[in-house]
Order: sequence, then C-alpha cells, then structure tokens
Amino acid sequence: MIELSNVKKSFGSAKALQGVNLKLETGKIIGIAGENGSGKSTLLKSLAGVSPIDRGSILVDGDPVSRKHAGRIAYLPDTDLFYPYFTVKQLLAYYNSQFADFNEAKAKEVLDFLEVPLASKMKNLSKGMRGRAKMAATLGRESRYYLMDEPFSGLDPMVRGDLVKGLIRFTDLERQTLILSTHEIREVEVLLDELVLLKNGQVLAHRQLDEIRSETGMDTVEWMTKETKAGA
Amino acid sequence: MGLDFEKDKPIYQQLIDLLSGDIIRGHRKPGDKLPSVREYAIEVGVNANTVQRVYKEMEAMELTETRRGQGSFITDNEDRLNMLRDSKKTDLVKSFIADVEAYGFSKDEIVELVRREIQ
Repeated sequence: MIELSNVKKSFGSAKALQGVNLKLETGKIIGIAGENGSGKSTLLKSLAGVSPIDRGSILVDGDPVSRKHAGRIAYLPDTDLFYPYFTVKQLLAYYNSQFADFNEAKAKEVLDFLEVPLASKMKNLSKGMRGRAKMAATLGRESRYYLMDEPFSGLDPMVRGDLVKGLIRFTDLERQTLILSTHEIREVEVLLDELVLLKNGQVLAHRQLDEIRSETGMDTVEWMTKETKAGA
Repeated sequence: MGLDFEKDKPIYQQLIDLLSGDIIRGHRKPGDKLPSVREYAIEVGVNANTVQRVYKEMEAMELTETRRGQGSFITDNEDRLNMLRDSKKTDLVKSFIADVEAYGFSKDEIVELVRREIQ
C-alpha cells in the first residue's frame, strides 16, 4: 500500500501539491486524473521518489519513499529520457544493467506483442512506437508498483487501444499495482478499478469506477466534469 | 479483442449480462468451463479484478460453480438455468411493454400486432 499524508510541494511560489491525503491499495489499477496543472505529474514524481516533497509523508509498504525504492517502483516519466541513439535492443540492455528486477524475456514479449522493431534507433521511431518501446521497457521490470505518467498522451486512439491491451496482459494484479495519470479517461475506463481526481494540488475525489457508474448513473467523464466544476 | 461497453452501467454487470446471454443462447453449455480470470480479462479487454468480480457474483447467483484447482464451470442445475431463461424472457417482455405504453399504444392493438407479426 502507498499512503500519503498531508503531502505538500511548491515550485517557487507555485503550489503544486497542497496537502494531499491518499491511500492506494495494492493489486489495483488506479487512474490519476485532473486538469492541466492539477498536480498529476508532481504527485507521480513524488511517489516514484524522483522529486522530494516539502512537507508531509509518503509511505510505500510502510517505509518512507526515497530513491532506494527504485527497486520496488517502475516509473515511466512523461518525457523522453532515453538516449536517442540507442536502438530498442540497446535500451533493453541499458534497463537490464540499471534494474535488478528487469526481466529481459518479458520485455521482449511485450515488444513483440506491441510489434516494436528491436533494431530501430529510438530517434527514428514514430511517437507511437516510442511510446510502446518505453512502456515495454517499464513493464519488463518485475516491480511491485508501476507508475506511469501520461503513457497515452499524444498517441492516436489505435495505439492507445494497443497499450491498454498490453497493460491488461502484462500486469499481474495478484502481485502488482498500476498507477497511471491520464487525460484519456474514456479510453482507459475498462482498465481502471479506481479514479483519483485532482484539482489545484488537492484530492477532489477518490472513487471506484463501478460505484460512479451505479450510484451516480453518470459515465465517468460526466462525473469528472461535474465534480471538477463543483470543486471550484 | 476488446468490447464496447455502455457508459453508465458498471462493467462487471455488463459482463454478467453477456455471459448469461451466452448461456441462454446455448453458446456456453451446462458444465462448460469458463476461461481463467486472466484469459477472459485479456479476451474482453478489461481489468482482471473486474472479471474476478464477475465470476464471484455469478457463483453467488448459482450460475457457475468453482471446482477447486480447476476453475469455474457453468452449472448443470437445469432448474437454475430455466429460472435464468424465464427471468430473461420476462425482462424482455416487460421492457417491450414499457416502451409501447410510453408511446400510448393500447395493449389490445399491441397483442394483436405481435400475434400477426410472429406468424
């Protein structure tokens, strides 16, 4: 389980997270949604331990989060951090050298499923293919937690659909947890157990998707729009 | 493959309806084994927890039974399966009547029309 209490983070005078309290259970797929600037990326960076928080605490399986958690958490950033001259195959070799939990056979299976060519250089791949390669490298790790920051952003609906299928196939919820931020709620609803809605660096709502549908009679996007307006 | 789901109804509920429909139509027969949770999640393109809930609810509804270490099987209890068919029939007819009444058609003219159309 990941537990956040009163987490605060500012960049200069800009408050990115303003007292976030959250409990994220294991064995679930959890979506983090919210408008631009609501704090999604900052939240994920904090959970991954790559960006220190100013106040509050984040516990991962009971221990304070830190860079040492890199072994438990596979983090997929929203930026392209890979060396552009790497081929996909070299990218896997790099991951293999960096992460003790990397399973090259699984990464290759994901690449194969997503039809990514191993010999191509990252910089020569289309944005969609790069997105797939990044996801395959991340899923190649046998981590307890996958944290993915906007894994579908800027990709066309077909690619998003393939990535959703890949996430279903290559995440084992009996021992893993997937937390992802996204704008594309409509297309990933089938994937999610729970949704955390952020606004202005605070948690506006944290609900099960089944509950949203059965109790409010609204679809998730309608519900989000209504909650976000009401929380103004 | 991935299915299209209605937006305002829980996905697990829609999957129960889908599997029940398969049973009524005979696409899944008494005693048939259901795919594993993982296989079915991949096949229909949803989260495995959702399928887990579907299987649990169907077992509670006595439409399936779990055999230890072997998975879930469609019940071969004929009484239960007949109940399922009857309740589906009743739901369909009730929803049809509600639609027809909403348009203000009289019951007699509808019964008459149904009789003519199904011949």
